Amino acid sequence: MVAVTLWGGLVPFADNQKTIDVEASDIRELFQKLSEQYPGLRRHFKSDVAVVIDGVVYRDNWSKELTEDNEVFLIRRIAGG
Amino acid sequence: MSFDATYQDQKFSAVGSRPVRPDGVDKVTGRARYGADFNMPGQLVARVLRSPHAHARIVRIDTSRAEDLQGVKAVITAADLPDLSEGDQSLYDTLDNCLARTKVFYDGHAVAAVAAIDAKTARTALKRIEVEYEVLPHVVDVDEAIKADAPVLHETIFTEGIEPKPETPSNVANRSEFGHGDVDAGFAEADSIVERSYLTEQTHQGYIEPHACVASFNADDTAELWVCTQGHFVYRQKCANLLGLDVSKLRVTSSEIGGGFGGKTHVWTEPVALALSRKAGRPVKLVMSREEVFRASGPTSATSIDVKIGARGDGTITAATATLRYSCGPYADIWAELGAMTSFACYDLENVKTVGYEVLVNRPKTAAYRAPSAPMAAFAVESSMDELAHKIGMDPVAFRIKNAASEGTRSSYGPVYGPIGIGPTLEAAQSHPHMHSPLETNQGRGMACGFWFNFGGQTCTDLNVNEDGTVTLAVGTVDVGGSRASLSLVAAEELGIPYENVKTVVADTATLGYNDMTDGSRGTFSSSMATISAARNAITVMCERAALTWDIPVEDVVWEDGHAKAVGVKHGNLAPLSIQEIAAVSGKNGGPIAGHSELVADGAGVSFATHICDVEVDPETGATKILRYTVIQDAGKAVHPDYVEGQYQGGAAQGIGWALNEEYVYGADGRLQNPGFLDYRIPVCSDLPMIDTQILEIPNPNHPYGVRGVGETSIVPPLAAIANAVSKAVGVRMSHIPMSPPRILAALGGETEG
Repeated sequence: MVAVTLWGGLVPFADNQKTIDVEASDIRELFQKLSEQYPGLRRHFKSDVAVVIDGVVYRDNWSKELTEDNEVFLIRRIAGG
Repeated sequence: MSFDATYQDQKFSAVGSRPVRPDGVDKVTGRARYGADFNMPGQLVARVLRSPHAHARIVRIDTSRAEDLQGVKAVITAADLPDLSEGDQSLYDTLDNCLARTKVFYDGHAVAAVAAIDAKTARTALKRIEVEYEVLPHVVDVDEAIKADAPVLHETIFTEGIEPKPETPSNVANRSEFGHGDVDAGFAEADSIVERSYLTEQTHQGYIEPHACVASFNADDTAELWVCTQGHFVYRQKCANLLGLDVSKLRVTSSEIGGGFGGKTHVWTEPVALALSRKAGRPVKLVMSREEVFRASGPTSATSIDVKIGARGDGTITAATATLRYSCGPYADIWAELGAMTSFACYDLENVKTVGYEVLVNRPKTAAYRAPSAPMAAFAVESSMDELAHKIGMDPVAFRIKNAASEGTRSSYGPVYGPIGIGPTLEAAQSHPHMHSPLETNQGRGMACGFWFNFGGQTCTDLNVNEDGTVTLAVGTVDVGGSRASLSLVAAEELGIPYENVKTVVADTATLGYNDMTDGSRGTFSSSMATISAARNAITVMCERAALTWDIPVEDVVWEDGHAKAVGVKHGNLAPLSIQEIAAVSGKNGGPIAGHSELVADGAGVSFATHICDVEVDPETGATKILRYTVIQDAGKAVHPDYVEGQYQGGAAQGIGWALNEEYVYGADGRLQNPGFLDYRIPVCSDLPMIDTQILEIPNPNHPYGVRGVGETSIVPPLAAIANAVSKAVGVRMSHIPMSPPRILAALGGETEG
């Protein structure tokens, strides 16, 4: 199980839970499981969300593997200049 | 395609050198083709009619008299750009910003556009368009806009992020919050607390080249667009979405770019030019004037920020809070949220809380500007850090080092950091000779830290080995700061050939796979990763060709120093084959040799910098002169050190302008008073000292060469570093950016603020 922490804007779409345990081996599966459990999150995963794994931001690589030891945060997909 | 991007320690031959950039001669001789330099036979000239009002309802638009004018080939309004957004609010906002639909939201908001046979006819036609407005009350100030009696821009916007949901519309589009711990308990433990409010005014990226494009719609509904942009693939997608085109039917070619800094990551007039061309059936050229660039293309946010930090007598910060209000223009975005995320990212804090409010005002749509939102937050936080260091009697660098984030620190925006570089930049600052040089009367020294996320993204490259063994590299990230030179170095490094034998070009959208924009400090980080991958794929092909030539197993062939070499005692008599020899017979050995790569270059890693600045303030005039400036930043690996230094210096120069002079000035009527470089003063060479740089190279573990992005972080510390220096020089804490002469005189009590 991977413990995933949501940024505040996503919490209302996950029954007001800030941290959720998910059985997922990569980002794709993480989004899939979360979308099944909390359908309100699905649209955010399309383009609003980046995944921070052990401090490194992943915006698009949904194949990035996850392990139980990873610290996983969902943050807003940031803009750059 | 999988690619192992893990850092591998190695000695470089090409990477790290400083060859002349391939586009340099064309740029200094005027041959380089920028957005406005492209022309087509039969091309029309476009002009845009813009609102003179800050906020008004469009009652009626009559374009008939303009259409009747001889030489006018097309007139369009919002009716010619139907709403195809299908619930995508961001796309709808972009559409509304391109041509106002029911209301104008700022002085300069486009309401109609004309394409005519020449500029004079187009200008005359604009005067013949009748627009009836119902003028509405407006608000341009970020603090005024959140008041209960402020004019509301959108009756449909209710503040998100607040429970229970508000029942009345508001100019506050969203509230976001970050942090951890218990700040009240933390402040109770503090021996000293500083608390102050800060303001920063709205600034423009100030790119020298205005937005410019040529759009050409064909009879078969295909179209081409030549445009100055930071991301032609993204422009293609946006324009296709807005105009209802198949992506494959729109070909976008990026020109040379005379600066973008985030401002050319958004479409402004390009969909308008395409719509005009579609209606006229002829190519249309649309070039914004400087005044239009200021009035109607994205500046950064104006901000109002409250900061409170508490520390024990030994310098340990016990709690920190920031409340950040950022203007968004008329359309909701995430600018305050980015400020809230970055505010305290440099520090290891047990108790921290930041709250961001996105505020809608009657100003142009806010756009990204180099590490968007971070400089203003850093100004407020780093000013308070200096004030607190002074209050507890600590050296400001030592105070920051004591509280600096490091590997394992929980960041203020949530995640725990891996290996990061804030500590080394601070230690380099502490030992830098700049920190220890003497100062004279009316002079002051300041320093500050800055943070930015950096990111990578979708990237695609083609590497073609030509018949003479030279190489052409096609990339899809626009070259904003010398990346063609850097990427040529990377290809040369991998292939073992001279830099001069590699020619890198930026391919158009029809000839290469999708690439994200050059933003987020990603250009060289991402495309170098894809170039390494493409070069290694080409090397695989060349080793196969050598094996074919020698009639030996490919497993017995390695690539070294630009040659295929047979390994093993039994192949000892085989002379190495050079890339030229392999390429020369490629047609007989299987055809052209190429390496392709498509990947997602994630893993950019966060970035930190520390800046040091000396100023002298003239107490009679309030004018500030920058005496000395030093930038210290981690590049991971500097591929082409000249251009890394250029990014550091460019960010500092822009920050100096932002800190001292640049400011959007609005009149009581909500109209912009200074839309030109005469009245909106950016720094020129004579305003600046030589900006010294120190490149730290702490390898990024997620890039084969250890490269990090370097383009944005350098603009984060300057506002604070200069404010800290000026505050010391004048003996008064400066809390309002820009610190223009009138504000400094007001702070000194000499004059009221102008």
